[in-house]
Amino acid sequence: MLDLPLLTILTFAPLVGVLAILIIRHDDPEVVASNARNVALFVSSGVFLLSLLLWFTFDRTTADFQWVEKYAWMDDFGISYHMGVDGISVLFVMLTTLLTPICVLASWTSINERVKEYMIAFLILETFMIGMFCALDLFVFYIFFEAVLIPMFIIIGVWGGARRVYAAFKLFLYTLLGSVLMLVAMLTMYYYADTTNVIELMGYDFPIDVQKWMWLAFFASFAVKVPMWPVHTWLPDAHVEAPTAGSVILAGVLLKFGGYGFLRFSLPMMPEASLFFTPLIYTLSIVAVIYTSLVALAQEDMKKLIAYSSIAHMGFVTIGTFTLTTQGIEGAIYQMLSHGVVSAALFLVVGVVYDRIHTREIAAYGGLVSRMPAYALTFMVFAMASVGLPGTGGFVGEVLVLVGAFKANTWVAAFAATGVILGAAYTLYLYRRIIFGELTKENLMKIKDMNRREIAIFAPLLFITIWMGIYPSSFLDFMHVSVEHLINQVETSLAQSGMLELAGR
Amino acid sequence: MPMAEMPNIVPALPELFLAGVIMLLLMFGVFQKGGLSDNDEATFRIVSMLSIVTLILAIFLLVPVAGARAVTFAGMFVTDQFAVFCKALVLIAAALGIIVSRDFMERHNIARFEFPILIVFAALGMLLMISANDLVSLYVGLELQSLSLYVMAAIQRDDNRATEAGLKYFVLGAVASGLLLYGASLVYGFAGTTNFDALATLFTSDQEVSTGLIIGIVFILAGLSFKVSAVPFHMWTPDVYEGAPTPVTAFFAVAPKIAALALFLRVMVGPFGDLLVHWQQIIIVVSVLSMALGALAAINQRNIKRLMAYSSIGHVGYALVGLAAGTEQGIKGVLVYLAIYLVMNVGTFACILCMRRGGRMVEGIDDLAGLGKTNPMLAATLVVFMFSLAGIPPLAGFFGKLYVFVAAVDAQLYALAIIGVVTSVIGAFYYLRIIKVMYFDEPLDHFDTPIGREMSFVIGLTSVIVILFFVYPAPILSSAAAAAAALFAG
Repeated sequence: MLDLPLLTILTFAPLVGVLAILIIRHDDPEVVASNARNVALFVSSGVFLLSLLLWFTFDRTTADFQWVEKYAWMDDFGISYHMGVDGISVLFVMLTTLLTPICVLASWTSINERVKEYMIAFLILETFMIGMFCALDLFVFYIFFEAVLIPMFIIIGVWGGARRVYAAFKLFLYTLLGSVLMLVAMLTMYYYADTTNVIELMGYDFPIDVQKWMWLAFFASFAVKVPMWPVHTWLPDAHVEAPTAGSVILAGVLLKFGGYGFLRFSLPMMPEASLFFTPLIYTLSIVAVIYTSLVALAQEDMKKLIAYSSIAHMGFVTIGTFTLTTQGIEGAIYQMLSHGVVSAALFLVVGVVYDRIHTREIAAYGGLVSRMPAYALTFMVFAMASVGLPGTGGFVGEVLVLVGAFKANTWVAAFAATGVILGAAYTLYLYRRIIFGELTKENLMKIKDMNRREIAIFAPLLFITIWMGIYPSSFLDFMHVSVEHLINQVETSLAQSGMLELAGR
Repeated sequence: MPMAEMPNIVPALPELFLAGVIMLLLMFGVFQKGGLSDNDEATFRIVSMLSIVTLILAIFLLVPVAGARAVTFAGMFVTDQFAVFCKALVLIAAALGIIVSRDFMERHNIARFEFPILIVFAALGMLLMISANDLVSLYVGLELQSLSLYVMAAIQRDDNRATEAGLKYFVLGAVASGLLLYGASLVYGFAGTTNFDALATLFTSDQEVSTGLIIGIVFILAGLSFKVSAVPFHMWTPDVYEGAPTPVTAFFAVAPKIAALALFLRVMVGPFGDLLVHWQQIIIVVSVLSMALGALAAINQRNIKRLMAYSSIGHVGYALVGLAAGTEQGIKGVLVYLAIYLVMNVGTFACILCMRRGGRMVEGIDDLAGLGKTNPMLAATLVVFMFSLAGIPPLAGFFGKLYVFVAAVDAQLYALAIIGVVTSVIGAFYYLRIIKVMYFDEPLDHFDTPIGREMSFVIGLTSVIVILFFVYPAPILSSAAAAAAALFAG
């Protein structure tokens, strides 16, 4: 393997772009703006190309962390700058690097105010997101995890819609409250295990009473991020008010923080507590799947509808994670990846018409198929992927989760399957109201189909969605060994404390 | 008659140096005014410059005394790594305090040469406080500091609010000093000594602690809480912060807090360290109340100086979390916290001092509206300070909180840690509100530019430290660790 600090380069390369944008000086604001756009696109595309190295060099036959880097940082606490990826995190890193240039492209014309600051915010955000997925030290993880709030707060607050202030505050304070509780739990972990190394912590056996409290604290943080019912209410607000690219990154990457956290921390570090709280997770997830699907049916705002559908889809993720079966966990990861691509694409789809008509009101549209055939086709593919039609990425994840759920608990599987049906209902209903029907609205008569830039945005996403649906192995191969290792770890730990019977195995 | 033995003056070198220079500066100022030149402003400038140089030289004088613990002046004065660390912070804060005040003082016609001298005087008092090894020298240092501060608060004589602030500060401060003195006399009455080392050895023996002594400690605690403006002895803070001229407020928010907290640590850990069980509860309660009040009361403030007053009350609460742990790690946490607090607060106040529109200072939070558009650089740095004060990583403020909470969890004070982090979320709300006003609201007229070289220097320096602290935190962490170890060794 190349001897290159690849993860550090990936993480901090966007900051080089930030510096480059900072030194742009010109009297004409237009020149500054277009330079900022170009730099951001150039840097983020470069990061994506670099991250392809991960794809080609990643050793799919081992559960060990790869591309590991470790330097002493805050010696007195044994905190070190420790990075590395395994089969669970590597694809999330790639998802992040893929979506960031797409976000930059999607904001090309829709963001005209303070372009420089906007691009800086996005590049900083990319740094934090990649760092979060690569971090192998408790506190390094926490720093990246929480730091994400700063650019997100600014992005929603400055470039958002009418109620942007409310949405930005809600997002910030909700997630901050969850995170700080997690911080206390992390300090407790450090107190018991005397290490902040994630790999070592996975092997540490915490006393079970302490585990339960710690699990709840971590849950407070991850549940808000996922988001799980009933702490999901910040998400629709944030999505509706955020600019299109903000929604894309929010749905595409930030929501995965929670699911990733469960897989990386809750399950391996607190297995007994995870087992103990599994019914809670199941209940909340099922409520989320069914309730938010019903809510989605009643939405009048396109973005809000997709936001609620995100919550429902993430419900599958949490169910799959806690089934503790290979299928369930792989399905959860797969669902996160495909949802990352598909929901991001759906928000972009909304963005396309929003840029033209400047409303997200579903009732304001109708009959777009006759003026925008390419758009209708794109929208259809992603709508079908969201429904989980075979042949799209969404299908694989949902089926795997359902198989896992059947193994663990039939009732959970049955309820979750209802969600699939409801999902089809609200998605198709949305599609019909916007694309089909007569083209009667005056302002839609002259609407133009997608231009080349927009097609360039959607092409890679379309390609990946279909690829994920037709040949899932190329993605699943990454995670098999790591997921197997994770389950072994949890089961060994449960066997030691004599709780394996409880797990039904 | 036998000659009194000459005390070893080396450990007190920085203090003696400061005291000597102050006299010279005072004479220089007076003579300059009396005949050589009649220009007040020129005198003010020269004295300011000389004071800054003096303070910086005093920092260098700390180097020879750094190292082993040394006690001198008949056990009244102690110097160790802990003292050196805190003194360095105080001297830096004082120097920065003079730097940021020049422009303001000249604009408001209060450019009197006494002002920088008063700051140096106060700094001298603070150094004595930090090095106090006896309840008597503690009191002397504290009073030297307080008296200088009272005058500074009221230096804008013809301004009603400033004189009110000065008077309020004086009266309430005198009450606090009285409480402290009363506590000290109780301790002396029941223990028979005022020397810290003697008190420490007295309490290590397993004898029962008399109630009178506990009451004495409580009084001392109350007096010290007043000086660091911890709840429930905080009432003076918002009024004084709001009323005093802004550079004075900037100084108040930093240097005296550091000195008083250092004194707090020395008194609690040194002589009364083995009575932890008796005072830990009090510190926990004071800390929780301060954090809660700091977070809640600041929400509705319209004046940014008042807001910073409540914010400082909250920050004292966080620092006290480390003391409540009562461990070496906790003390280290407090020291790291103080160092970071110094940088954040000086930076924030430097930004506040730049809030000038049409030549007049404005202090309302609403006056910041749209600053992100009108003065982007100033707004960006203020955003950095606000996120840092709120404790969001990767900015420096987060690490301060991290270190005190680590100590709290290690000492099994889970409830305290949880209350602490929850109040920090509530507190985040009002820091965010400032960011919101600056970036999300429509702009008013922009502030006067340029902000001046001194301000640019201070703001630039502090914001770089706040942003890049995480890259290389080792120097501050290791010196804080050494300082904390020294305190426990003594």
